[in-house]
Amino acid sequence: MTGDWLDIGWVDEIPVRGSRTVQVAGGDDIAVFRTAEGKVFALRDRCPHKHGRLSQGIVHGGAVACPLHNWRISLSTGEALGEDKGCTPTVPVKIDAGRVLICRASTLKAAA
Amino acid sequence: MEHRPLNPEADTREHLVVIGNGMAGCRAVEELIARDADRYRVTIFGAEPRVNYNRIMLSPVLAGEKSFDDIVINDADWYAANGIALVAGDPVTAIDRAAKTVTTRSGTTESYDRLLIATGSDPFIIPVPGKDLPGVIAFRDMDDVSAMLAAADAGGDAVVIGGGLLGLEAAHGLSLRGMKVTVIHLMPTLMERQLDEAAGWLLKNALEARGQTILTGADTAEIVGDGKVEGVKLKDGTLIPASLVVMAVGIRPSVALARDAGLAVGRGIQVDDHMVTSDPAVLAVGECVEHDGQVYGLVAPLWDMCRSLADGLVEQPSGYRGSVTSTKLKVSGIDVFSAGDFSGGDGCEDIVLRDASRGIYKRVIVKDDRIVGAVLYGDTADGSWYFDLLKKQDDVSDLRDLLIFGQAFAAGGGAADPKAAVAALSDDAEICGCNGVTKGQVVSCIAKGAHSLDAVRGTCKASASCGSCTGLVENLLALTLGDEVQAGPKTMCKCTSFGHDDVRREIVAQNMRSIPEVMQKLHWTTPDGCSSCRPALNYYLLCALPGDYVDDQQSRFVNERLHANIQKDGTYSVVPRMWGGLTNPTELRAIADVVEKYDAPMVKVTGGQRLDIFGIKKEDLPAVWADLNAAGMVSGHAYGKALRTVKTCVGSEWCRFGTQDSTGLGVKIERMSWGSWMPHKFKIAVSGCPRNCAEATIKDFGIVCVDSGYELHVGGNGGIHVRVTDLLCKVATEQEAMDYCAAFIQLYREEARYLERTAPWIERVGVEKIKARIVDDAAGREALRARFLYAQGFSQDDPWAQRAEGAEREHHAPMARFTPQEQLA
Repeated sequence: MTGDWLDIGWVDEIPVRGSRTVQVAGGDDIAVFRTAEGKVFALRDRCPHKHGRLSQGIVHGGAVACPLHNWRISLSTGEALGEDKGCTPTVPVKIDAGRVLICRASTLKAAA
Repeated sequence: MEHRPLNPEADTREHLVVIGNGMAGCRAVEELIARDADRYRVTIFGAEPRVNYNRIMLSPVLAGEKSFDDIVINDADWYAANGIALVAGDPVTAIDRAAKTVTTRSGTTESYDRLLIATGSDPFIIPVPGKDLPGVIAFRDMDDVSAMLAAADAGGDAVVIGGGLLGLEAAHGLSLRGMKVTVIHLMPTLMERQLDEAAGWLLKNALEARGQTILTGADTAEIVGDGKVEGVKLKDGTLIPASLVVMAVGIRPSVALARDAGLAVGRGIQVDDHMVTSDPAVLAVGECVEHDGQVYGLVAPLWDMCRSLADGLVEQPSGYRGSVTSTKLKVSGIDVFSAGDFSGGDGCEDIVLRDASRGIYKRVIVKDDRIVGAVLYGDTADGSWYFDLLKKQDDVSDLRDLLIFGQAFAAGGGAADPKAAVAALSDDAEICGCNGVTKGQVVSCIAKGAHSLDAVRGTCKASASCGSCTGLVENLLALTLGDEVQAGPKTMCKCTSFGHDDVRREIVAQNMRSIPEVMQKLHWTTPDGCSSCRPALNYYLLCALPGDYVDDQQSRFVNERLHANIQKDGTYSVVPRMWGGLTNPTELRAIADVVEKYDAPMVKVTGGQRLDIFGIKKEDLPAVWADLNAAGMVSGHAYGKALRTVKTCVGSEWCRFGTQDSTGLGVKIERMSWGSWMPHKFKIAVSGCPRNCAEATIKDFGIVCVDSGYELHVGGNGGIHVRVTDLLCKVATEQEAMDYCAAFIQLYREEARYLERTAPWIERVGVEKIKARIVDDAAGREALRARFLYAQGFSQDDPWAQRAEGAEREHHAPMARFTPQEQLA
């Protein structure tokens, strides 16, 4: 996996309204989400609040609810929604012929 | 067909030649005449052999609602009266800009001083095999309509390719003329450029109900036939027979003439704000032009362009600034409207009103307190109002509460006060469309004592069906009662106006079978709910449809999805079931082995008499469970809104005070009730004597054994708010104790709200009601018990064993692993 984009697998491997993770050696996991509308997003798998695993949360609309304290995090911006304040780094995603590609440079940054 | 004024050569005025006798060309001339009727000598060339007619009205002609004469805009007399020469049926084929002449197909040449190109657009024909077969037509002009009418007279099957406005109009007309019509649309929803997904879905349903076949996501491979059309073949292999194929996939600006003449052409003929092309003597207007990068296919921008063009021609230039477009249409008799941007996005908020019974859907998209888009289906009366607000970029924050109800409502009796607006309604104004309840009826029902939303719903039924008029009813309550309104039960969450009990009742009453169905029928205001309502709906459906409902894993909290308890460091804890708190060397050895093998940092004895293994990684869970399964242990459900544990003391077998076999009974009860999903966690205990070592009187269901039998206690809680149980009753036999326990659990499962423990539930409904159902009503108790045991037949399936065998592996394994070459910063 070299180049600008990392090929992490098929879109269909991510459950709709669910997520999977990408393990990054020496760093945090990247959580990859798929919404009901079929959009795919990637974020560092840590809530800005108490570092809950966002990949384990409930995905609704364009957000995920952190499993620890129910903070809602925007999948597109990584920002906490509502009254909460905080932001999780996002990783650009592109879909090519059914494959999910995530930006390599952003992955390194988000996982660090 | 020609209308020529006498003696044109004697006319010394500048000669304006118009190419195109359609809506734009003629409108431009009309605007010019309105400003200065005598300034130009005008000649219009038209490709079609007829006078200027309203192309938009071709659909009603096809549908048989109008004749051609009805849709003529300017008849022959208009040309004559205004001294306009019309050359119809002889299209212009070339422009010579150097000589300032145009030449027609028949070879006629005409010179001009100013030339106006209004060639409109051409239908786009998709380049598939068979596109040129006889019987394949577009839907653009009167000749196409005549061809369709001839085909319809012969009857048979028609295929319309394209589910946009034009295609649906063609389909509607052909259907009314007796043809069996199939619409093939490439995109997932109809009219996706004008309507959002929800409105497109409603439209598809409505058209299907009228007998048309609508295939969305369907890609045409070829049109088949020998010498004439016989059918359409899709890329998935489906063959649809057809004697007529209408291509209505879109239009393209008609720019060939302009391009051949060397004018600047992008997507359309490029014009400035005064509709002047790259040649100052040549103007262009309508669908064939590109202004500021935009090409328009609607009539309203065209009128704007014609005004600017005419202003320029009489040397009072105003300048066209582009148009914000809206679409207000009747598609096959159904009103639809859309304007602006309805794709959503960051910062956009949706205000949605759905009225299922009347087939109405309204959605207004607001960003920074301004309307940026609107989609209306079924009732478009307020389209122009929303469009006006959108164009003016008015701040709508004051109107927000009323916005979706429309202008009459928002303006009626007090601009920003919803109460005043409701007060201004007459007594016979309909409040609830589903149940046909008027304002007068709601008010009289409130006057008769219905002092809460629930009471109103229960008596006159207003807002009890789809819930979209809930706000109106609440305002009527406030108006009628002032401060005496009783707050109803809270709504489930912000996604709905219904409370838990209402949702549950409707799930059962309407036999709803899936979460999306509940959300559609009960008018959820969000597309797929939230982390509060989804787990609740999943539970309610699971409880209502045992063995039938397919559990939605994505609507479960992580612990229930992974069958283990998430800890703050992201690892999990694992609690195997130990029936009644009993264990043995095999189980203990297996647990010890797991702790060592997976390097678990801690093992803890729980309050429920189990062993909790901490620090297990998500990907190791299936292997841990496989090892525990091998020793005969199953999931302890320590993670679930479910039966947790049955705690026991040693009882009569060993204890000198024991009165009954409390451990034996505890094991039996746990075997009966394990695996059942509940509104919240549920704990049971069995104590062998009134010393109550198993702490049964702070459990959800507690049994205290006495010499003469078994005391049954309910509704205890040892949590934040310690609550001692209420005594339900006393029974004589073990079997009775188990039967009452099963019945109580089922009553709780069916009637408590999601995330409501037994303690608050019993305080809410009162223990007397519980006693009436469980103790006094023997038949009811037996029915409850039977329903519980029936449901248990489906739920007592060890989830660990399924996962250990590889089920739902995606919950545990990462999708990919990435080892960067470089050091992470």
